[in-house]
Amino acid sequence: MTALLALLVVPLFGALAAIALSGRAAGVAVWAATLVTVAAALALVFPVGPPGIVTLELGGWAPPLGIALAADGLSVALIVMSALVMLGAGLAAHHSIGPAGEGGRMAFGFWPLMLLLWAALNAVFLSRDLFNLYVGIELLSLAAVGLVAIDGKARAYAAAIRYLVYALAGSLLYLGGVVLTYAAHGTLDMGLLAARSPAVSDGLALALMTAGLMAKTALFPFHVWLPPAHGSAPAPASAMLSALVPKASFVILLRLWLEAMPDRASDGALLLLALLGVSAVVWGSLRAIAQTRLKLVVAYSTVAQIGYLFVVFPLVGATGGDLTFRSDAWNGLVLLILSHGLAKSAMFLTVGQWMNVTGSDAFDRLRGLAVAMPISVFGFALAAVTLAGLPPSGGFTAKYLIMTAAFVSGQWVWALVMAGGGLLAAIYLYRPMAALFARSAPPETITVSTSRQLVPLALATASIALGFLAAGLLEMLPSGLPGPLAISGEGS
Amino acid sequence: MTLLLDAVLCVLLLGTALAAVLGRGVFRAIVFFIVYGLLLSVGWVRLEAVNVALAEAAIGAGLTGILLLTTYGKLTRVSAEAEPDDAGVNLPVALVSVAVAGALAWAWSVLPEPTRPRAELAEALPRAGVENPVTAVLLSFRAWDTLLESVVLLAALIGLWLLGRDEDWQQRLGVPQHARPGGIMTSFGRVLPPVGFLVGVYLVFIGADEPGGAFQGGTVLAAVGLVAALAGLIQPPRIGQWQWHAGLVLGPLVFLLAGVAGALSDSGFLGYPEAIAGTAILVIEAALAASIAVTLAFLVIGPPEKGHRE
Repeated sequence: MTALLALLVVPLFGALAAIALSGRAAGVAVWAATLVTVAAALALVFPVGPPGIVTLELGGWAPPLGIALAADGLSVALIVMSALVMLGAGLAAHHSIGPAGEGGRMAFGFWPLMLLLWAALNAVFLSRDLFNLYVGIELLSLAAVGLVAIDGKARAYAAAIRYLVYALAGSLLYLGGVVLTYAAHGTLDMGLLAARSPAVSDGLALALMTAGLMAKTALFPFHVWLPPAHGSAPAPASAMLSALVPKASFVILLRLWLEAMPDRASDGALLLLALLGVSAVVWGSLRAIAQTRLKLVVAYSTVAQIGYLFVVFPLVGATGGDLTFRSDAWNGLVLLILSHGLAKSAMFLTVGQWMNVTGSDAFDRLRGLAVAMPISVFGFALAAVTLAGLPPSGGFTAKYLIMTAAFVSGQWVWALVMAGGGLLAAIYLYRPMAALFARSAPPETITVSTSRQLVPLALATASIALGFLAAGLLEMLPSGLPGPLAISGEGS
Repeated sequence: MTLLLDAVLCVLLLGTALAAVLGRGVFRAIVFFIVYGLLLSVGWVRLEAVNVALAEAAIGAGLTGILLLTTYGKLTRVSAEAEPDDAGVNLPVALVSVAVAGALAWAWSVLPEPTRPRAELAEALPRAGVENPVTAVLLSFRAWDTLLESVVLLAALIGLWLLGRDEDWQQRLGVPQHARPGGIMTSFGRVLPPVGFLVGVYLVFIGADEPGGAFQGGTVLAAVGLVAALAGLIQPPRIGQWQWHAGLVLGPLVFLLAGVAGALSDSGFLGYPEAIAGTAILVIEAALAASIAVTLAFLVIGPPEKGHRE
């Protein structure tokens, strides 16, 4: 319980301190808040370990009047992943952007926005209240837009404004659906909604909320804001934006379809979500192949990887018949979210370090870096292994579980998408890898110390380790699969 | 008679909304948008939602209106091309908007009549410490939403400040204002702030039992500061002046501390012991209003810019 509260309030205290204090005090406050939040995330794992879900009714008011929070397996998995990514991004930003409270515009803006983003993520992963989730993703979006604009160049401003327009349109659509839900049922709580008597307006409400959240998750065809935004932000910001921010709106989507209104999850609707996911995998990968700047390759790769998450909907949302495969699909999905987050943040941090050294992320400027900066290149390569879904990575185990579920359920076409997407990822990651390992004179001065190169390597290693640790990890997260068909205690 | 009033109001609302969306010219669109917001607040009064009406008038029409006008002013300053060519209607956007509006209209026709007040609210309200149910929802039952909302404002302000140039970062905030001594603006600047200050403080304090509250009162207080700044009576501060930063975080900080204090006692996070609930809410509202006022005023003033007289 204490850990859960700390996850909500400590990043907020840290953000307020970063705004109000200056000089060394601000830096100390930011790092204190960061370390305490990381510790709270790790501490949360233990009470959630089998069995049970930690719940909290804020202010002592029970729904429908008050707001209920609950930490289930999905929440804990995402909160821990966020903590690791934030720690890595913070360490990288400490050098590349500057400590909090010192320096000018960028350092002033980055730290409060980072901590506000973190608070919003934790709030969204824990909340079960539709309107509270709206406030959470509003805070998330505004902090994210600020982090895109932080670079201060015209290109970054344009990307930030485009992101803002998409994010606000998404918020409005989502809010419209929330209003309809409340008008029909008088409650915003997911638990109470699951037990509601269906109303005719539910389909429209769910459609509006889904459309809004798809825009925020950057699902094809609403992805156009993502590559310029993630491509223009400074590397530590891009790491957070790509690894964490789309996952928040995706988690709300998952909970809506599987937890709050599973009765509206018709086969046709789930199929539509999956087909959009397939389009995202194909289009994002093809666009990634066509890029000549590494940062944009990594950004388009996010568009493709988000597609996978939607491909799993028909498997985890299946009803009727023998449904044991749902558990595999669910575990695969959670692993996919985690391994993508860790690998993608590692990639953006390495690209940021290379841009520090060479001044550019064009492929021909990366030549020879494998010799000059072997540690960060190794980190990038490990992350690439995860993204392409090669063994023994977390990405591999995730896809393996999902493909098994696809074959068992008879929906084998989704297995083809998983495999084909991995192949495309290998293609778009080949060119940067070839450039990195090319025989060429490396840059003369390497300004990035070994210890800094170890940060992305650690994140990438974690994404690989997920593949080894999957069985134990999934056992720690038994309260995973939401919905009336929840299967507890079943690992892979 | 009331039916006639409502019918006229609806026609005016639709008319001003269409004029804002379809009319030519950015400036006219902004003016119609402000008028639309004011009419909408009359509509909320007709629906007996006075709290919403106050918020709509203060924030929807007033604050958003001045933000739009300020932006328009900056655009015309940067280039003479602030008026876009008449591009006509954006067909895809129009189609999606009409579809969503149609779907919402359909949903309105099938939704049940709301029952009010809800049984849970009637049962819990006496224990909340305030009589205004809206304040009870905002500061007690759903305090976590309000706490996050107050932080959203801070995120918006930081985002706005980041739009300033690196070389102007140490300058005062906003475009320099030059009011003629003895002119209309200067006189307004002397007459309006005391009155506005009283209204703002009153709105915050009355919020416990009657329509009003931190957001509405804070907006009025922000306007007071803005009028004084426009009249040149006070100089906008620089980023880094600690008093103003303290003002920005005061409200969320008091709110958070109260919430944690609840968690340390038996009331739970963001819960208040029944005996002091009313006082606690008033203190939080007052602190929030101060921070909202400073944040909103800074949002209107804008990022640091060069050219201020010292």
